[in-house]
Amino acid sequence: MSDHQVEVDKPTGKTTTGHSWDGIKELNTPLPRWWVMTFYLTIIWAIGYWVVYPTWPMIWGYSKGIAGYSSRADVAVGLANLEKIRGGKMAALGAAPLADIEKDPALLALARARGRVVFGDNCAPCHGTGAAGAKGFPNLNDDDWLWGGTLEQIEKTIQFGARSGHAETHEGAMLAFGRDGMLKKPEIETVANYVRSLSGLPAAKGYDANAGHKLFADNCASCHGDAGKGNPEMGAPNLTDNIWLYGSDEATIVETISNGRNGVMPAWIGRLDPATIKALTVYVHSLGGGQ
Amino acid sequence: MNKPVAPEEFDYGPLYAAQKKVYPQKVSGTFRRIKWGLMAVCLGIYYLLPFVRWNRGLGAPDQAVLVDLPNSRFYFFIIELWPQEVYFFTGLLILAALTLFLMNAVGGRVWCGYLCPQTVWTDLFFAVERLIEGDRRERMKKEAEGLTLQRIVELTMKHSIWLLIAWWTGGAWVLYFNDAPTLVTQLVTFQAPALAYIWIAILTATTYTLAGWMREQVCLYMCPWPRIQAALTDEWALNVTYRADRGEQRTSLKKANELRALGQPAGDCIDCFQCVAVCPTGIDIRNGPQLDCIQCGLCIDACDTVMSKIDRPTRLIGYDTDINIARRKAGKAEITRIIRPRTIVYAGLIAVVGLVMLYALLTRSLLDINVLHDRNPVAVRLSDGSIRNAYTVRLLNKRGTGRVVMLDVSGPVNATIHVVGNDAVSTDRPEIVLGRDQTTELRVLVTAPAASNPDRSIPLVMRVSDAAHGDVASATDHFVAP
Repeated sequence: MSDHQVEVDKPTGKTTTGHSWDGIKELNTPLPRWWVMTFYLTIIWAIGYWVVYPTWPMIWGYSKGIAGYSSRADVAVGLANLEKIRGGKMAALGAAPLADIEKDPALLALARARGRVVFGDNCAPCHGTGAAGAKGFPNLNDDDWLWGGTLEQIEKTIQFGARSGHAETHEGAMLAFGRDGMLKKPEIETVANYVRSLSGLPAAKGYDANAGHKLFADNCASCHGDAGKGNPEMGAPNLTDNIWLYGSDEATIVETISNGRNGVMPAWIGRLDPATIKALTVYVHSLGGGQ
Repeated sequence: MNKPVAPEEFDYGPLYAAQKKVYPQKVSGTFRRIKWGLMAVCLGIYYLLPFVRWNRGLGAPDQAVLVDLPNSRFYFFIIELWPQEVYFFTGLLILAALTLFLMNAVGGRVWCGYLCPQTVWTDLFFAVERLIEGDRRERMKKEAEGLTLQRIVELTMKHSIWLLIAWWTGGAWVLYFNDAPTLVTQLVTFQAPALAYIWIAILTATTYTLAGWMREQVCLYMCPWPRIQAALTDEWALNVTYRADRGEQRTSLKKANELRALGQPAGDCIDCFQCVAVCPTGIDIRNGPQLDCIQCGLCIDACDTVMSKIDRPTRLIGYDTDINIARRKAGKAEITRIIRPRTIVYAGLIAVVGLVMLYALLTRSLLDINVLHDRNPVAVRLSDGSIRNAYTVRLLNKRGTGRVVMLDVSGPVNATIHVVGNDAVSTDRPEIVLGRDQTTELRVLVTAPAASNPDRSIPLVMRVSDAAHGDVASATDHFVAP
């Protein structure tokens, strides 16, 4: 391959490396000095880096470096700074009476911005990112509230949840009339048709309205009221409106009456600080359905 | 084996051309005076404009020209622009390009020779260099002699003054982005934001490097305009031209006088090389129009000085065209056409773009509305069966004072409108207070009975009106049923 004969290339005046492949020779063009120096500098820099920063993986850990740097610590510092920046504004929000927040454009904007983020982090899995709800999980944009839609009622619901096990939580149960043998299948079908008629939905053929009314008065009115208007104290829904948490078709209502419904919402007190719960309350209230 | 190609047939020269040091000589005359004047005007505007005050009323900045980045506003005397109005800058750039084209069609590289910042600052740096190190010959001699104590002192002085000018250039730059007097105080007391110092450092470095070290290299290798200019120019454009018809054959003054005495023709150019000596890019204008020529006119001054001394008519070098050179050679009269289709088109376009911008500026609305429909959920059914849509509405008040506006909606039949957190109502419409020069974001709920709106989606218009000032703005969106 090579005859190791260094010669001077005529056109360029440069020497060859002395290597020759099939008659093709190579000019000796060393790297520029500045390039080589920069390369050595990067090596020296890298050694310095090993000493100062965490670099080498070990069997049970890693080399820490003399600067004691850690990106995790950076995050903690960043989060602490964020709390400091938020501190003043969130304190103002925490101190303001709930009813006044919506009247102050600055506080309202803060509460909505903070509320939207907290809602996305904590509430969206059940209620949806836009709070539109799903079957069994209430839509928070509408004006139908199981446990009341005033600011105070919403705040209480967020704090203690529903059937959450917290001492102050909302309690109230939809009994399983069918499964527990309180009503028979035909009776359930009759009362289901009666419930549908309360909001103007058409009844099934051969449905006995009087029997339905009697069954409703005997079994349901204690919670849902004589007229079926519901009771937010017990989380009993209004049966006369157009909003149905589980569905308004006969089969779904029969299923509801047969097996009961007892949706759960966790308590957030202790998990979210009071100012954040306030922000969340105002956010939910401002979605549009708040009373 | 093939016969090898002889190396002589290739150009083995390096692609790299080393910088040829240029030592422009001092010159005086008409064009030098024009250049001094324009330099004073350009630098004066650049350095002093941030200090010009302009009263805009309470709460608004009182700086005539200010790029207020934190608040996203641009102020230029009576004009105040918001970020969404950057199209005015587009218009300004189009106008600038067309003006450049027109200048080029009329007088060649007027921009390069007199107005370009690279030329202006380099000219200033040349002046400093000449003041300290002496004129062309002295500089060349000193450089050849190497370092002496005096030379070290001179070089230190020169570079210090260069750096000072460069630093001042960077300093003026940052003043356009902040209240100038305040920032000057902060800079002096080292209270200014770090970003200000960083920008000053960057512009100091660029000015010092570009005007002190790179000089004509910028025009030759970095700037795209010489290439574009060469493609745009035509034979009618007036360029700094060596009038070869008058100058050739070049000969010595003595020989020329002898020839003239014999009644024989002789060229006016006596090969004194003064045009080359004064040239800031170090070229010979007698080689004809060339990319390296920035057409600053200094060679005209140099040549005129010589021509007056030897009692020959001036303007052997002057603003002229190749057409006239050919015509004079052929014994025809000179013609100059400033007004020709090209210049008419450029001037017309400038007028059109300028008028469009002026119209847009004068009729720009000081009240604007943006509407964004809620996407999740798009619609909500209420317990009484009616339908509600929610919108995020942004109201832009570009007026320098606060005002009260009313919001109303049309589209869905029997729709009611409600602004969250706002109970103020005037004639059944929400009444909203807008702060001066700011955007107000609202959550607006529109509710309509389902029965009277059978369609799934109905076009909706939201209108904001300010009766006191007669401003109205509206935006369209949709009202959707679930």
